[in-house]
Amino acid sequence: MSKNGKSGYTGGSSMERLYNGLVKENPTFVLMLGMCPTLAVTTSAMNGLGMGLTTMVVLALSNMIISLLRNIIPDKVRIPAFIVVIASFVTMVELLLEGFIPALYDALGLYIPLIVVNCIILGRAESYASKNPVIPSLFDGIGMGLGFSFALTCIGAVRELIGAGEIFGFRIMPEAYVPCAIFIMAPGAFFVLAALTAIQNKIRINGEKKGKDMSKIQSGCNEDCMNCGEEGCSHRFYGSSGKGNGKTGNAGGQAVKNADGKGRE
Amino acid sequence: MSDLMKVSSNPHVRSKVTTSSIMLAVIVALLPAAGFGIYNFGVDALILIVVTVATTVFTEYAYEKLMGKKVTIGDYSAVVTGLLLALNLPSSAPWWIGVIGGMFAILAVKMLFGGLGQNFMNPALAARCFLLISFTSIMTNFECDTYTGATPLAALKSGESVDILNMVIGRTSGTIGETSMIAIVLGACFLVLLGVIDLRIPGSYIVSFVVFICLFGGHGVDTAFISAHLAGGGLMLGAFFMATDYVTRPITKAGQYVFGILLGILTGIFRIFGPSAEGVSYAIIIGNLLVPLIEKATLPKAFGTKGGKRA
Repeated sequence: MSKNGKSGYTGGSSMERLYNGLVKENPTFVLMLGMCPTLAVTTSAMNGLGMGLTTMVVLALSNMIISLLRNIIPDKVRIPAFIVVIASFVTMVELLLEGFIPALYDALGLYIPLIVVNCIILGRAESYASKNPVIPSLFDGIGMGLGFSFALTCIGAVRELIGAGEIFGFRIMPEAYVPCAIFIMAPGAFFVLAALTAIQNKIRINGEKKGKDMSKIQSGCNEDCMNCGEEGCSHRFYGSSGKGNGKTGNAGGQAVKNADGKGRE
Repeated sequence: MSDLMKVSSNPHVRSKVTTSSIMLAVIVALLPAAGFGIYNFGVDALILIVVTVATTVFTEYAYEKLMGKKVTIGDYSAVVTGLLLALNLPSSAPWWIGVIGGMFAILAVKMLFGGLGQNFMNPALAARCFLLISFTSIMTNFECDTYTGATPLAALKSGESVDILNMVIGRTSGTIGETSMIAIVLGACFLVLLGVIDLRIPGSYIVSFVVFICLFGGHGVDTAFISAHLAGGGLMLGAFFMATDYVTRPITKAGQYVFGILLGILTGIFRIFGPSAEGVSYAIIIGNLLVPLIEKATLPKAFGTKGGKRA
């Protein structure tokens, strides 16, 4: 667990949450969460953007509601409670898409109901929204959703460009270009994701060399339970299954501790 | 300096066999097949071979220079990869197919996994499959000035009769290096005599393939059908030059037999039951992926231990 020792940092500034989700803790390229939709639906930039924005809506709204309910939901049944909230929003979004954007609905197909089990959403609910006030949680959801949309659009654009010579359906490559069809098939997703992640890592390493602070803006817990020395964390998956005692958040700072202190018994 | 005793660690007796000498032997062994391909398909084939080999060598050099690593093109492994890849391309393919394939083979399959010895899959075959999936129409267009129409295997699959003598000599359509069984076997004999490869993998591959064809081919023990399947397509090239790749074959002896039999069965399945006429390249790369499991299952007993238990 990285104690980055930023005293006075609240972890709650709205703009900081947006920046965190979009860049520093980008769910796809940094956290490597939600790989299933990332690999499956990014056959074109449009599909990637559609999936990202759909997920963002669900993420922001479920973060907000879960944050509102964080003092009511009992600790032991929090996962089922989160899932009920998330699934409700997914159902709403699915019906809205079917009604108003049927083309996108057809393109995304099964992956819309599968947003329920997208680990980014559950992850943000568990690690951020259930411990923090409503407004930061909402912005955390929007930031993470934007980061996810950005990543999926990038992957989709690269795959569409190489695999079909187009971006968002507009012809980019000259007529003589022969599309490399493997990129809009399943293997292409892995190639592009790996390449973009490598580029992102390179940028981060270069930034660190120049002395920029490239560490994650933490939401209180970096979810790395295996290497975490914190005792008595209510969320530990491994080792001591201590009951929640308000010390869950540790690197994030004041807002986390306050919220958590109120939230758990 | 002369007063000092030079102490070095073992090995003290060294063999003269090096990676580059083995790779050179493989290159020499591939020359008959390449030469016949050029004779058969003309200058198109020569251009494609040169472009592909140049791409693989240059890609390896450029990657190692850019990454600040030791430049290893002197071991000729990139030349072998490029040559094998080119022999697996149809002569009608445009030059940039060789460039893309060569770059994919070296960059994605070989260098990103750590260079020679670290790749989990035969780079040339992986690149061929990459090209086959990406540019299906180019990669399956075997028409050229000399030949029109289907490859012998495709003709065989659709029930037409084929001229086996021409297939053995190599006067058929197909990829540059796969058509002539004589030229490939000539090169393979050279490698076997030098001790670079042994017959465990090719032997078990071909025998199990023949058995599979007899059992499930629908023709029973039909000599003409079997020899057409043996002489057609990339079976010989694959069995002698690709399946025996040191990096991607099992290192245990028993494992090599298992590997060969697996390849024979897979090739048979792809050829007889699959939608396309050929299946050697997919069979070998699937086999490559299973090599760690095969090695684990066929680990030899260490001397002095009981009941196969490892110390």
